[in-house]
Amino acid sequence: MKRTDTVPGPSGPDADPSRPVRLAPSDVLRLGLLGIRTRRMRAALSALGISIGIATLILVTSIPASSQRHLDQQLSALGTNTLRAEPVPNRKPPVLLPEEAPDMVRRIGPVTHASAVANTHALVRRSDRTDPNDGLGLTVLAARTDLLSAVNGTVSSGTFLNATTDTFPTVVLGYEAAARLGIPRLTPGQEPPQVLISDTYFTVVGVLGPMRLAPDLERSVLVGWGAAKKVLHFDGHPTVVYTTAREDSIEDVASVLAATVYPQTPGLVQVSRPSDALAAKRATASTFSALFLGLAGVALLVGGVGVANTMYISVLERRREIGLRRALGAHRGQIRGQFLTESVALSLLGGILGTAVGVLASLAYAVYQGWPPVIPLSAVGAGTAGAVAIGVAAGVYPSMRAARLAPTEALATG
Amino acid sequence: MTLPHTAPAADGAPAAAPLPRRTGPPVLTVKNATKAYHGGVKALDDVSLTIADGDLLAIVGPSGSGKSTLLNIMGTLDLPTSGSVEIGGEDPARLSDRRLSALRGRWLGFVFQQFHLTDGLSAAENVATGLLYAGVPRRQRRPLAVAALERVGLGHRVGHLPHQLSGGERQRVAIARALVNGPALVLADEPTGALDTANSQAVLDLLVRLNAEGTTIAVITHERDLAARLPRRVEIRDGRIVADTAAHTGGPQ
Ligand SMILES: Nc1ncnc2c1ncn2[C@@H]1O[C@H](COP(=O)(O)OP(=O)(O)OP(=O)(O)O)[C@@H](O)[C@H]1O
Ligand SMILES: [Mg+2]
Repeated sequence: MKRTDTVPGPSGPDADPSRPVRLAPSDVLRLGLLGIRTRRMRAALSALGISIGIATLILVTSIPASSQRHLDQQLSALGTNTLRAEPVPNRKPPVLLPEEAPDMVRRIGPVTHASAVANTHALVRRSDRTDPNDGLGLTVLAARTDLLSAVNGTVSSGTFLNATTDTFPTVVLGYEAAARLGIPRLTPGQEPPQVLISDTYFTVVGVLGPMRLAPDLERSVLVGWGAAKKVLHFDGHPTVVYTTAREDSIEDVASVLAATVYPQTPGLVQVSRPSDALAAKRATASTFSALFLGLAGVALLVGGVGVANTMYISVLERRREIGLRRALGAHRGQIRGQFLTESVALSLLGGILGTAVGVLASLAYAVYQGWPPVIPLSAVGAGTAGAVAIGVAAGVYPSMRAARLAPTEALATG
Repeated sequence: MTLPHTAPAADGAPAAAPLPRRTGPPVLTVKNATKAYHGGVKALDDVSLTIADGDLLAIVGPSGSGKSTLLNIMGTLDLPTSGSVEIGGEDPARLSDRRLSALRGRWLGFVFQQFHLTDGLSAAENVATGLLYAGVPRRQRRPLAVAALERVGLGHRVGHLPHQLSGGERQRVAIARALVNGPALVLADEPTGALDTANSQAVLDLLVRLNAEGTTIAVITHERDLAARLPRRVEIRDGRIVADTAAHTGGPQ
């Protein structure tokens, strides 16, 4: 009749004019993004704190994870299946292991290799022109010919000692010892170099590769067992027994090793697993990262306060808008939802930005260190969940303030 | 349509009058409403008013006389201290916030002196906000908003942002937002208060035309010349209705 407009309007007499309206989720989201869209600079600045927090979180979890993965890879490359047994030092009288100790160890079921070295207490020199008392910090060890397989070692040039060279004055240099003596490698076809050990010239027949799990061997020169006895007055008692065993029974072997090599007083023999030292580094790395994790937490907290502050000011500034929306039919819950969504969106935006920065920085650092890049998904997940939680926490009070505002009061502003 | 209607109440006795005047069924009734603010200010004192479908009325009065207070109560933005309001067959005082807000969103349209457009939203988006809380699905909002803008003569400004519009244009966007939902009643508080004479005229012409097209409109103004152009005038002073004209020239038929 009179109303010519064809728009929805108040429905017919049968319809319930006060039937509550529920906004579609997409509308709620759009409303939440409105304040961010129209105040971009402020949004960016207030999300910055969260970004820094999340980026730190990602960094401090992924850098240790990369480093650990690196250590793990190293460990599995180096082998965790070796054990060493040695007498407790500085005992009087000294503990003397029996010469046949490696053979006794080899009789333990899961043992795959066993060998021994002995300190000859001789000095090694490059030539007779160098100071006879400067041993360069190197040790002269008598070594069994089967040593390498018991320590997962390799020869980088030349050969190792063998049954033939065992009694001759021949020597194999550890990786570090070779460098200190100025003989980093042997060149085939050239006259083999010689070094002086206790006034006897020994011919260098080989240089070993690096052995991270046996640094004492890296800093040693190895002579044959027989040659040591003959030339260096070596008494034949091993000072370290090395053994490898099947990985799954390494603990069992470790528990009987002392009694095997020194049955009379096993307590005077120390047994250790060289890979444990490297593994211990992981523990240090994780206590270290706990500190930084705390730092990331503080950054997130500060970021959350920043978002809360922005939201609070936003509510104060947007009283007219709130009043208008109430006049257009928004109920309190919808006003609250709008500001809460905005707070979460703001925080989440910071979170996403921080995640991107954190991931990129972690990858760059890992690549720079030569580590395998690792981004723990749990950190990304925790960061995202944390950003949402912070957004909710930061938005609760401001959005409640907004919702409680009386429409007339809001409209009367300015 | 020629309904017999009662003569306006005599000065000072609006409450005594029966339903003042009717052109159609009532869309809004205020009965014996008073509004007292803290500090003893009685902004409204026993006001009764019925707005009928098709009305175009001016509420006039000096500053501080209670015009905005009355509009807030008619618009369910505020509740009277005593007395009652009936709109769409409902008493706002008895509705929950959710229901009352829904009723407001469906039945009423508001126009304010300061336009209250949202910066950063285009004219069409601002108008579409008037449909959001009435539960109109998103797909239907834009065409309805564009149609409303065309009705107020802004079909060529659909994509403009508020700061790209003149004051008169902004107020027309606000009017489009108020009527996009086809409300039973549009309440305008000093809609020309921030406009120059020419723009005021244009806005008033627009309101008269919209009324002729069927929209019920109540305009608050303290400008008597503007009020004089409207078919019905309610005069308010010190919180009381002191006159309600029966003059009825441009009402819908
Ligand atoms: N929130 C409030 N608290 C206390 N007093 C108020 C409040 N709002 C309005 N008043 C008082 O109520 C009276 C009526 O105010 P109202 O805003 O309705 O006047 P008005 O007719 O709209 O005036 P104007 O033409 O200046 O807008 C005034 O005396 C005012 O001071
Ligand atoms: Mg006023």
